Amino acid sequence: MSPEIVAQETAESIGRAVQSRERSAVDVARTFLDRAERTASRLGTYLHRDPAATLAMAADVDARLGAGETLGPLAGVPVALKDNLCAHGVPTTCGSRILEGYRPPYDASVVIRLRDAGAVFTGKTNCDEFAMGSSTENSAYHPTRNPWDLERVPGGSSGGSAATVAALEAPLALGSDTGGSVRQPAAFCGVYGLKPTYGAVSRYGLVAFASSLDQIGPLARTARDTALLYNAICGRDERDMTSRAEAKPIPVEELERGVRGMKLGIPRDLTAEGLDPEIRASLDGVAKALAEEGAEILDVTLPHARYSIATYYLIAPAEASSNLARYDGVRYGFRAKSEDLRSMYEATRGQGFGREVRRRILLGTYALSAGYYDAYYLRAMKVRTLIRKDFSDALERADAILLPTTPTPPFKLGEKVDDPLAMYLNDVFSIPASLAGAPALSFPTGMTRSGLPIGMQLVGRPFAEGTLLRIARTWERRNPDGLRVPPLAEGRA
Amino acid sequence: MSAYETVVGLEVHAQLKTRSKIFCCCSTTFGARPNTQVCPTCLGLPGVLPVLNERAVRFAVMTGLAVGSTVAERSVFARKNYFYPDLPKGYQISQYDRPLCVGGGVDIQVDGSTKRIGLVRIHLEEDAGKSIHPEGREGVTTTLVDLNRSGVPLIEIVSEPEIRSGAEAYDYLVRLKQTLVYLDVCDGNMEEGSLRCDANVSVRPKGRKEFGTKAEIKNMNSFRNVERAIAFETDRQIRILESGGRVVQETLLWNADQGVAEPMRSKEEAHDYRYFPEPDLLPLDLEPGWIDSVRRELPELPHQVRARLTSLGIPEYDAEVLTETRALSRYFEETASRAGNAKLASNWIMTEVNGIRNKQGQSIEEFPIRPDRLGSLVKMIAEGRISGKIGKQLFELMLTRAESPEELVKSQGLLPIDDEDSLRALAREVIAANPGPAAEVRAGKERTFAFLVGQAMKQSRGRAHPEKIQDALRKELEKA
Repeated sequence: MSPEIVAQETAESIGRAVQSRERSAVDVARTFLDRAERTASRLGTYLHRDPAATLAMAADVDARLGAGETLGPLAGVPVALKDNLCAHGVPTTCGSRILEGYRPPYDASVVIRLRDAGAVFTGKTNCDEFAMGSSTENSAYHPTRNPWDLERVPGGSSGGSAATVAALEAPLALGSDTGGSVRQPAAFCGVYGLKPTYGAVSRYGLVAFASSLDQIGPLARTARDTALLYNAICGRDERDMTSRAEAKPIPVEELERGVRGMKLGIPRDLTAEGLDPEIRASLDGVAKALAEEGAEILDVTLPHARYSIATYYLIAPAEASSNLARYDGVRYGFRAKSEDLRSMYEATRGQGFGREVRRRILLGTYALSAGYYDAYYLRAMKVRTLIRKDFSDALERADAILLPTTPTPPFKLGEKVDDPLAMYLNDVFSIPASLAGAPALSFPTGMTRSGLPIGMQLVGRPFAEGTLLRIARTWERRNPDGLRVPPLAEGRA
Repeated sequence: MSAYETVVGLEVHAQLKTRSKIFCCCSTTFGARPNTQVCPTCLGLPGVLPVLNERAVRFAVMTGLAVGSTVAERSVFARKNYFYPDLPKGYQISQYDRPLCVGGGVDIQVDGSTKRIGLVRIHLEEDAGKSIHPEGREGVTTTLVDLNRSGVPLIEIVSEPEIRSGAEAYDYLVRLKQTLVYLDVCDGNMEEGSLRCDANVSVRPKGRKEFGTKAEIKNMNSFRNVERAIAFETDRQIRILESGGRVVQETLLWNADQGVAEPMRSKEEAHDYRYFPEPDLLPLDLEPGWIDSVRRELPELPHQVRARLTSLGIPEYDAEVLTETRALSRYFEETASRAGNAKLASNWIMTEVNGIRNKQGQSIEEFPIRPDRLGSLVKMIAEGRISGKIGKQLFELMLTRAESPEELVKSQGLLPIDDEDSLRALAREVIAANPGPAAEVRAGKERTFAFLVGQAMKQSRGRAHPEKIQDALRKELEKA
């Protein structure tokens, strides 16, 4: 596949072609469906696909355009949805057995906004069960594989969304990020992944994992595409009281304005140890390149960030233990056969939830229990406040913070499934921004010698998503080979 | 005298009279077919979020201000986690360590003097659904769940443990309900569950400061049952202590049919609610200016109306009765303003209107004579146009007929006799028919004059003008 064709496959060029009626939405949908037909089952990217429904949606977009309706830049652009986003009548399992067969009777707010914008849904992508995991191996149905190396994980929990974008099965996807679940798979699959500021995107219709941390975020193959998808979903939504009007669309042309005069802080204290040498080299290379573009590189410290994983694994499971209490097998989803109500509940939850989910429910229940609340949950909330302050202090000096997205390149399937702690540590660089509620972007910065993607992360001030994308776009422009496609997507593997 | 003192704290749940639920747009109307007033949010489906109903906040703040609470400029919603089939999310959104209102009190009457029962707090929360246990086939237990009530807004009003008897609890509840109904924030209907009460009861030897071990009583469906349950529990605990035993902390269910409080199965009460701040709702921040505007718009409260009525010369007791409900006090106000005589209007409502209502169990809203007609009637009496006796006849007629009292007076031939000639003629008839008594009066036996007046009234079926007929009789007696 030539670079020209790949470039044409960006959301931006597809949307433009469909809007100007050079290309029909149905034709676009067919192209991507055909590609998914060839690769999706090998990659395990989807939990639910319905090509007929996708084509019907595309036909509807063509009809709307034909009737003279003006649609935005996402007209006819295929978008994959992570399976924890509710779409009316479409199976939504969150990768869990307990929601087997569940079809929500309503649309998530982001789904409504994308429908209105003329986007076309390719299906529901695989994920770690209830978004708990960093490899998509915790899906109750099947794992997802990394398009760059089928022996390796795509990251998680939005592994299906990242892989489907990397493999050109869809130009765009939505994921959700609680502690890194958009950014880490984006880095592992060589695509862009944005975790917006907490409150920038409505969570209505996102099946909750940890409500104070969850954010829906876009995955794409270019900085500009990332902005387009973000623009379509951001802003105040009256159905989510935590959503904020300060979240405004990013004028895409502003991404071209470069980084001259910007200050980029590197948290050397956080990145001093345990970093893969090739990732360190990439960090240094990116810093150097951006300095050449006129940015000032400085050191910042995030003194409490080292407590992030401990803090996160108290707060997130605590909220999850409450959010997941509703799955009792009575009204929807999976129900275990049993003699009486109580044992039905127990069997349903015992069989319906996987190991990692059960582990976190237990952790969270414990952390909230009488007599432990102060020592665990309350203390974690206090540390969270300190971490948030670390970021606001650092971001007074710097316009953005630059750090790796992950400490290592993608690992192999099965490598960490029996070692939850090792799995948790993979999120060491992504969790701090989650706790701070700050916007954070992972962007592809190169490949390891063995051909695995590397991603760097930018963290910014509240609602400064545009700044992060502008910095990433500056890097992207210097590296025209940035739009790399895995051999599998080109039909070579 | 008992050697023990009862200590009671009450937790009252009042359903707020909002049209829609606290976190979604579903209707709150009572009595709809099960599970028809529901949506993804109040069903607790995966992915939904609560959106706070501003009116519910306003009603809760009105209540707080009416009972003198401090309204918090910042309060925080919290999740109360417990597992129950009619709780669809597995947690109830409530408030915990930062409630909306703190302090305040309710004044009750104890042996003719006023006692203030302090309030700990008032907080906002959502109701759960309802479990229904229909009679099933032998050996088959079926439970049905109706989620129409899920998400209905409630306030929980927690009193200090300052109530000392069932009777005090009863009066507290009456006055609290009265306030809620006056504010029009709750309909106060215990049968439909819009007002519910749990009681924490303990006893201690008189004079001791420390509290005894308390029991919590639930499931009391009337104020009288709260009173009875507290009396029952007081006796039970005293008997335990007298026989050297110890009261265990437990939850009891009041069985109104048998008049006993029975222990709940222990499994259902061992709760650790694992409260934590609700992440789906921001802290509730209220502008002081907004709170002040709610305060300014508060309607007149029962104690304020009572004070105004007694200043009009209406006796305490009557003022108390007339302010029992907002509807009754409005009925009185309208009647009195029409009649131009508050005291007489009050008398008529107290005796005639309430007499019939009590006999027939009617609410004031259902009473057939509306204040405009009653006011006209009282006005006619107050101005001496008709006697009280004719007034009563009219009143009886008005119960079943729609005409105004003026029309009825004419059509029923009840017009008063108050012209000089007719009265003189009537007086002559009475004197002629009663020669003996007439002679006695002429001889100075003044007491017999009343008899003659009575005869005149009787003969005229009450239509004779009560003062003028006396003049006529005097004049006719002097003539002969």
